[in-house]
Amino acid sequence: MTRPQKTKKKILPRVAMPEQPALERACNFEEVTLGYTAELARQEAMRCLQCKRPLCRDGCPVEIDIKAFIGCLQEDDLDGAHAVIRDYNSLPAVCGRVCPQESQCEGKCVLSAKGEPVAIGRLERYVADAFAARQEADDPCTALTGAPVCASDKPLRVACVGGGPAGLSCAGHLAAQGARVTVFEALHEVGGVLVYGIPGFRLPKDVVRREVEAMRGLGVVFRTNWVGGCTFELSELFDQGFDAVFIGVGAGLPRFLNVPGENLLGVFSANEYLTRVNLGRANAFPAYDTPPPPTGRVVVVGGGNVAMDAARTALRLGAEKVTILYRRTEAEMPARVEEVHHAKAEGVEIHCLCSPVSFNGDQGQHLVSVSAQLMELGEPDESGRCRPVCLEGQVTEIPADTAIIAVGTQPNPVLLRATPDLPLNRWGYIEADPETGETALPNVFAGGDIVTGAATVISAMGAGRRAAKAILERFGS
Amino acid sequence: MYKIVKKRLLIPGQTSMLQIHAPQIAAKARPGNFVMLRVHEQGERIPLTIADADPEGETITLVFLVVGKTTAHLNTLEQGDEIADVCGPLGRPTEIERKGTVVCVGGGTGVAAMHHIAKGHHRAGNRVIAIVGARSQDLLLFCDELESFCPEVRIATDDGSRGHQGFVTEVLQQLIDDGEDIAEVVAVGPVPMMRAVAGVTKPHGIKTTVSLNSIMVDGIGMCGACRCSVGGETRFACVDGPEFDGHEVDFDELWGRLGQFREQEAQSMELFHQCRCGGDQ
Ligand SMILES: Cc1cc2nc3c(=O)[nH]c(=O)nc-3n(C[C@H](O)[C@H](O)[C@H](O)COP(=O)(O)OP(=O)(O)OC[C@H]3O[C@@H](n4cnc5c(N)ncnc54)[C@H](O)[C@@H]3O)c2cc1C
Ligand SMILES: Cc1cc2nc3c(=O)[nH]c(=O)nc-3n(C[C@H](O)[C@H](O)[C@H](O)COP(=O)(O)OP(=O)(O)OC[C@H]3O[C@@H](n4cnc5c(N)ncnc54)[C@H](O)[C@@H]3O)c2cc1C
Ligand code: SF4
Ligand code: FES
Repeated sequence: MTRPQKTKKKILPRVAMPEQPALERACNFEEVTLGYTAELARQEAMRCLQCKRPLCRDGCPVEIDIKAFIGCLQEDDLDGAHAVIRDYNSLPAVCGRVCPQESQCEGKCVLSAKGEPVAIGRLERYVADAFAARQEADDPCTALTGAPVCASDKPLRVACVGGGPAGLSCAGHLAAQGARVTVFEALHEVGGVLVYGIPGFRLPKDVVRREVEAMRGLGVVFRTNWVGGCTFELSELFDQGFDAVFIGVGAGLPRFLNVPGENLLGVFSANEYLTRVNLGRANAFPAYDTPPPPTGRVVVVGGGNVAMDAARTALRLGAEKVTILYRRTEAEMPARVEEVHHAKAEGVEIHCLCSPVSFNGDQGQHLVSVSAQLMELGEPDESGRCRPVCLEGQVTEIPADTAIIAVGTQPNPVLLRATPDLPLNRWGYIEADPETGETALPNVFAGGDIVTGAATVISAMGAGRRAAKAILERFGS
Repeated sequence: MYKIVKKRLLIPGQTSMLQIHAPQIAAKARPGNFVMLRVHEQGERIPLTIADADPEGETITLVFLVVGKTTAHLNTLEQGDEIADVCGPLGRPTEIERKGTVVCVGGGTGVAAMHHIAKGHHRAGNRVIAIVGARSQDLLLFCDELESFCPEVRIATDDGSRGHQGFVTEVLQQLIDDGEDIAEVVAVGPVPMMRAVAGVTKPHGIKTTVSLNSIMVDGIGMCGACRCSVGGETRFACVDGPEFDGHEVDFDELWGRLGQFREQEAQSMELFHQCRCGGDQ
């Protein structure tokens, strides 16, 4: 195999991702992107320049040695590539699919200055999927740690409260080091946002299940239907013999807009809309019992991944028309670029610079329209994004049967209310040391959305992993 | 999986009582708490109030009315069968403190939940007057249990087959008119009943607590399906309630929201009957 020539000036375009045709996929819940084949992956890997000073790695929140894993792919060494990634990331099949690569590794890739960056996310996904496909089902330890033998039991016992990416990565890393870990999850399925939020057409549930099974193989015990603060108190975990506790309960409480008409029939939080479908399988109603949310003309409010997921779910449930309202412009949208792109290709309309001022109903309390204030961009605010400013007197009315609100979330209150001695910051999230995740309570660590506010899968995982390291150091493993 | 330790048909074909093995929930359950339950893998999560808990026996008691697919399915299970998921105890428990006379009003299946709350007030040293309502005598629930600790149990039936003929609110009104010194009224039952009770107590300024039965999906504050307006503010029944000040609740909105999925619920129920009848033919 020949190494790519660094002197070659012309940069080839990135290898396109095979995907289901837009109009076909808008009617099913199958995964939109199909993944690189071995040949496509090799072609894309060859685009990497193997820089002396690779910038991509600086962009990665968990500092995966990207150059090294792509280097392995250039040599056709799948195992090597997998081993490199697994050193840093315990859920590569997930991250390869859902990380906002354009603002992370790919945004920093030197090629992006002159052309398209290396498709690092797609390659990461390829490595995870290809490796798993080859994996023997009866050897789950390898998938997670690369080590074919489970480390032996050590006395260290850790409880992870919340089974989202933060809790799972903390549990996985600890278990790989031989700790005995129990994950307490409030819902009936483990995975957090990965199972109840992000739809299957973007992240198939089997991918998450595969990772969870791998952890089970490492000896992690999963207890579903256990709600911290209700079924058990934090302090009781120590009484039961756990040495340390990691809290990763996420920021699941949906925000509403606080405008008139928000409780009309037909107005949903994105969390309810998505949970009904993803956790309740309402798309398969009546084979599954959870009733699907209504469709018709659907208006989605917000510009993040959650808004895109809700809009595309509505399409798949059979909506006549789906319109996204966002108060800034597309350039400011926090959603992954790929998702915005996919949503538009599938037929979602995006109206920028407008924000709902009221939801209007009929006599029977049913939503009939959304009144939206038109805006323009003003001066940048603290976040550096331009602040939207109302255009006096310019309000439009958009007919709608269903409205979905996706304007962010707040900390999940259940555990926090039951644990009043756990100090919170001024936004109501848990105060934790950014390096170790340790909270003000001894041997209680925290990470993920419950510390940072709604963020990303990879940042939650990074936090879980850092806490795992700190716990191992504390208890001398 | 959660095993059904005991099943009793309270009103055959309509209301059943289940005792379920759930040690952790039994140890923590307090009056006013509920569980989210999923009968089987394809099932819907539904909320049911914990009508009683026995920490030593490691069981909780649920009482449910068959109204649709999930409750109908639940009612096909027998002693020894297992339920896929039971999660709890959820919701804020009833605020119970010693305060004097507490009137607990229960209608229909709501009496089961009311019974747990009444017991809590009794244990806290309050004098509990229970008012129980049903359409007719055969549909009355928990009267004996209530009689075992309440100095007074008053009954109202629509057809007059037992106790006062008419509504529970009329019995309550009578108590107030008789000059009973009431510290608090607790009402659990159908929305129209709770609304009417709050209407009776409001002019007298008697603190009135109602337990809202809004539609719930997760039951732990993550979806907002259960939101309701209380004192003009949006609250989540599952984590901020389910008990609220009855004088502040927007019952019209609650009533509307409860009907949100009526069409699909009917479809689900019809298919369920078809399948079951189909099997017999
Ligand atoms: C619809 C949607 C789409 C998204 N898309 C992307 C994307 O494309 N890319 C990306 O990087 N990020 C995305 N995100 C954000 C990302 O999913 C989150 O930042 C990440 O999941 C946070 O992980 P976490 O472990 O902190 O919390 P969560 O994933 O929220 O997990 C918390 C878990 O704790 C459980 N829990 C809560 N309370 C308790 C309790 N008291 N006791 C026990 N368990 C409890 C919850 O049920 C849940 O399972 C998306 C989020 C949503 C909602
Ligand atoms: C906190 C709380 C405690 C409750 N306690 C009890 C109890 O102790 N005993 C009892 O019999 N019932 C109780 N209910 C009501 C019970 O949850 C519903 O009767 C049940 O969900 C109906 O499900 P189904 O599939 O049989 O009927 P469906 O045909 O699905 O629905 C019939 C009606 O029940 C209501 N409902 C439907 N789905 C839900 C849902 N997911 N959450 C809440 N309500 C729903 C709606 O008003 C609907 O019109 C309680 C509700 C709440 C919110
Ligand atoms: S910056 Fe881009 S080209 Fe350089 S090593 Fe990283 S992925 Fe390869
Ligand atoms: S049921 Fe989901 S927030 Fe209350």
